[in-house]
Amino acid sequence: MGLIDRLDAGDPRALPRLLTLIENRDPAGLSALNVLYPRGGRAHVVGITGPPGSGKSTLVAALIAAIRASGRTVAVLAIDPSSPVTGGAVLGDRIRMMELHADPGVFIRSMASRGRVGGLAPAAAGAVAALDAAGFPIILVETVGTGQDGIDIITLAQTVVVVQVPGLGDGVQAIKAGQLEVGDLLVVNKCDLPGSETLARLLRQSAEDLGTEGWDVPVLPISAATGDGLPDLLGAIDRHRSYLLASGEGDRRSSAAASAAVMTGLRAAIERRIAAGSSEAIARLLDDVAARRMTPDSAVAGLLAALDRAPGSGHPVGDQRGG
Amino acid sequence: MTQPAPAAPGRPIRVLIAKPGLDGHDRGAKVLTRALRDAGFEVVYTGLFQTPEMIASAALQEDVDVIGLSILSGAHLALFPRIMEALRARGLDDVLVVAGGTIPGEDIPVVRDMGVAAVFGPGTSFAEIVEFLREHAPARDDAA
Repeated sequence: MGLIDRLDAGDPRALPRLLTLIENRDPAGLSALNVLYPRGGRAHVVGITGPPGSGKSTLVAALIAAIRASGRTVAVLAIDPSSPVTGGAVLGDRIRMMELHADPGVFIRSMASRGRVGGLAPAAAGAVAALDAAGFPIILVETVGTGQDGIDIITLAQTVVVVQVPGLGDGVQAIKAGQLEVGDLLVVNKCDLPGSETLARLLRQSAEDLGTEGWDVPVLPISAATGDGLPDLLGAIDRHRSYLLASGEGDRRSSAAASAAVMTGLRAAIERRIAAGSSEAIARLLDDVAARRMTPDSAVAGLLAALDRAPGSGHPVGDQRGG
Repeated sequence: MTQPAPAAPGRPIRVLIAKPGLDGHDRGAKVLTRALRDAGFEVVYTGLFQTPEMIASAALQEDVDVIGLSILSGAHLALFPRIMEALRARGLDDVLVVAGGTIPGEDIPVVRDMGVAAVFGPGTSFAEIVEFLREHAPARDDAA
């Protein structure tokens, strides 16, 4: 029996195996997505992002408990960085969530970023599509610990929770462009620590200019470790979902996400083909750039010209596999 | 456990490192986790004080190729059968299970009979562990 049939039959091993195939860009995984993707679109995908050590995993664990208490099942995709040197990864987000193992309504999967920057993993969107198709009404995506411009989560999540903690900088940090601007909700975690009230005040000032017609970005002090403020956070997440549905903003975001998914996939496909480097023409261009005979921009123009010269071909340049 | 066969090339081997039971000594597990990372593995580290059910449930959801159990409490003869049973109950018979820590020599055949493929005692080199896992991580041929 195929994995999708096993998924439909309730085999608990099917979803993890499908996720592995999707993550590895196995042809079986990509063809499974052809079946799974059309089934999705129902889940509320919530991104949890913020700097390393800001308590995202602990927050996710606490949110899981609150979501379960509200009678819903929940899936988590927790992303940690891959080594740029060896490709290996330590996936440690699960440590904070181990107590939840006995609950069949909670599914947690760790994923390595595998070379992608920006907070997500190459297969994050595919994995979310599979979790969505599997019927989880809420999917929490915990990003890699990110800094000021780790904002890829906006291409995947409908609701973005940006987690901040006191002690990471002065008031100018709160008015800088970047991650704070993409938060639909701003959380001040570890609110028992000194400085959290100041941070919350600064964020509230910044938040006044954020949001859209009909949605004021809330700033929520919480302590993920003690659970203080957690019900408010889940309430705000659910309110944002209602706002998205009622305002049409959800449809706008879905379109933007679809566009981003295609463009990201296109970029990744081109990068894989270049990295495979089997085409002599590409290898020559890269050599020329390395030897400073050609600028990177000129090499790009050359590669695009090669694409243009091969209209209608599925594999106009480079490696014939892995497109 | 399973027919030894190499994992597909180009696919990182996924390993779960777990500390079953009540001993609080995780230095060895962490150092090994780091060493496996440096060898290009993707390592799910689950932390201290894991029950057999926690380990099996995490291994199922994470779809790991290998489970590494680090134990220094002396409770391996009590805990390992329960872990292997929890894995079997979830259909995870094909996952490669290895162990490390302080397991006395006379217990090693007993532990291996339970289905633990290898025991890496104190002094084992990382290279030896990495090579063993590369060689014995189960092959896969899933169809969607």
